[in-house]
Amino acid sequence: MTIRWGSYKTTNLYDELLRAAGKPRAAAEIICGYLRSLTDNDLEEFKVAAESAIHVMGISFRVYHEDEGSIDRDWPFDIIPRIIDKQEWLQIEKGLKQRVKALNMFIDDLYNEQKIVKDGVFPEELLKKSKNFLPECKGVHPPLGIWAHICGSDLVRDSDGTVYVLEDNLRVPSGVSYMLENRKVMKRVFPEMFEQYSILPVDDYPSHLYDMLSQLSPRDIEHPEIVVLTPGIYNSAYFEHAYLAQQMGAELVEGSDLFVDDDNVVYMRTIEGPARVDVIYRRIDDHFLDPEVFNPDSMLGVPGLMRAWKAGKVALANAPGSGVADDKVVYAFVPEIIRYYLNEEPSIPNVPTYKCINKEDRDYVIENIHKMVVKPANESGGYGMLIGPHASKAECEKFKRLIRRDPRNYVAQPMLMLSTAPTLVETKAEPRHLDLRPFILSGKDIKVTTGGLTRVALRKGSIVVNSSQGGGSKDTWIVDMEA
Amino acid sequence: MLSRVASNMFWMARYLERAENTARLINVNSHLLMDLPTTVKLGWEPIIDILSGRDGFYERYDKADEASVVKYLVTDKENPGSIINSLTQARENARTVREIIPSEIWEQVNGLYLSAMQNRQALLGRRRRYEALSGVIRANQTITGTLAGIMTHDEGYAFIRLGRNLERGDMTTRIIDVRSASLLPELDGDQSTFENIQWMSVLKSMSAYQMYRQKVRLRINRPDVLKFLLLEPRFPRSLLHTLHQVKALLEELPRHEKAVEATEKLETQLVDGKPQCLEQQELHEFIDDMQLGMIKIAEQINKTYF
Repeated sequence: MTIRWGSYKTTNLYDELLRAAGKPRAAAEIICGYLRSLTDNDLEEFKVAAESAIHVMGISFRVYHEDEGSIDRDWPFDIIPRIIDKQEWLQIEKGLKQRVKALNMFIDDLYNEQKIVKDGVFPEELLKKSKNFLPECKGVHPPLGIWAHICGSDLVRDSDGTVYVLEDNLRVPSGVSYMLENRKVMKRVFPEMFEQYSILPVDDYPSHLYDMLSQLSPRDIEHPEIVVLTPGIYNSAYFEHAYLAQQMGAELVEGSDLFVDDDNVVYMRTIEGPARVDVIYRRIDDHFLDPEVFNPDSMLGVPGLMRAWKAGKVALANAPGSGVADDKVVYAFVPEIIRYYLNEEPSIPNVPTYKCINKEDRDYVIENIHKMVVKPANESGGYGMLIGPHASKAECEKFKRLIRRDPRNYVAQPMLMLSTAPTLVETKAEPRHLDLRPFILSGKDIKVTTGGLTRVALRKGSIVVNSSQGGGSKDTWIVDMEA
Repeated sequence: MLSRVASNMFWMARYLERAENTARLINVNSHLLMDLPTTVKLGWEPIIDILSGRDGFYERYDKADEASVVKYLVTDKENPGSIINSLTQARENARTVREIIPSEIWEQVNGLYLSAMQNRQALLGRRRRYEALSGVIRANQTITGTLAGIMTHDEGYAFIRLGRNLERGDMTTRIIDVRSASLLPELDGDQSTFENIQWMSVLKSMSAYQMYRQKVRLRINRPDVLKFLLLEPRFPRSLLHTLHQVKALLEELPRHEKAVEATEKLETQLVDGKPQCLEQQELHEFIDDMQLGMIKIAEQINKTYF
């Protein structure tokens, strides 16, 4: 049995590669034809080739195990790429730039003049309630006025084909190394496809990252000292930290490698003595950054780091406090935020979001709770959520009470039907749900990765794309059909 | 180079060397005991004395019989110096510098740890123990060879060799200290055969027997063995050789003045002390001084670089 697109079940969802059973979208025609021409043996061989490439290249992620501590697992990968036409991508890219630009202006405003609050666009009570607003950052002007230098925004496509931003990750978004490695694996497995398609490259990301980081250096020197600050080898994203440091030629440091002297300068401990650090790409959460200011028990951070940052002696990317703009309630305001700062209409829509703080929205949510996804403002990773269509009556009732008690803390969205793409199961292609995380770099200019990391829920019917919970990934091809 | 990275490399090598030395010591002692008459009570306690001191051991075991000592030294997680713990530490240190050391080294260190974990039973049982412990020794020597063959001989490599040589020198003094104490120097008749056997085992504990015979030729005797193991500049496990190595390696590194000074001081002390002529008590004190000297070098390295 080879892949037969005629029997591929597209159901009523949007499929990224096929319009309907047996009918590939224009940009996917070549790959679908190619896949159909492969025998079961070929497919098996390609799968093994991809797996062994991943193994040899050491592409792994870390999972926590109850008794074994933690172990490295090979990165689960599907060899059928997800394809987006360049023309569509350019629109998405434009929308992402617009969004991140506005979000950075929003953060800078919140920590300084708070015009958006004074103008009544963003409610003051929400700001007061925000867990991610760090009063320690008030009055700080980071270089270029940018706070979230690296943003990972999750995009999903609904059944009618519309692409929405599901959330923005403005703190320490991860996954970009897998995007880069996926492409390398695909080049090894399907070299002929790269001749037949004009697939836009992705591998300039590390150099863009390096350029952006060096623009932040407080010292005007040719080679500023840039370091990647990791929580250490037990962090699930350690592979990525090490990978990016290596790709940029930057030191990979842990908190204990750095110290802040009385002159508020950050130094790293080297065998030659202390060496000044200019820019820190930190992959540690705000609350662990500096035990002098935040969590005093943090062993991961660097005492005095906030002092150094506020004094302008070191740049931090992302800036502390950036997370204020990525909670679920702020998300609901992003369209207003874009209009307020840029005087433009958002080019990529938000998922329609009901703000329970508004009476009208609240009443609608409570009435239709069995159809909604309800999210608390300050949780991430799916904690404390209600998925109405899958929830029991008792759970729905419980959430109604929670919303009535603390309406500010909740937003709700209609349940989206995530798009699918053909994914290899044994030697057949079956539809699996997926999302897309592009990465946006903001420095003197804004750069968006070409495509991003496509995450796919490998379990049938599942919409959970996290690698720790049965998710995998695909290479994302932005193809130029006019080339 | 980051201090932490240098430190990880240093300790990775130290722990690997410790595992190798422990494995060799156990193998040699097993063979020695088979050759000794039951009236000569040597047993396994001296091995505990060499490697860790008795207190920790007797907290966990009633008597120093073969099974208990081997278990304590090889697989006991409560003994910080057990082979399993040394390999665990070596692996953790290697893991943190995984992106800096050649990937083959990480694979070998990881593989050594994994196979030791898998072979735990074999490492304990009498029948397969020799082979399993020899496997640990061989694997470590493969790592040493791979490093020499494919790693840039840069500062990181210098720290690896520093760790290895300091650990090796330390082990040499420990073995001599304990073994020479349990050997009675002026025995006649039958017992002297066994004394001979025991000095041989001391040499074998450091893979030094063959090299000693080539160099010394004479029948085995205490002053010559001591001289060979402490002062032979060309034998890689002699104390003087390891100190020469440490000094030369330090000279490749920045800011080495104080550590080099401490090393030179100890070298002079070692050569001038003529340890081969010392009686047991004097030798014991002399060895103490040597160990203190090495601790000082290690402290100076720690202070300067880590």
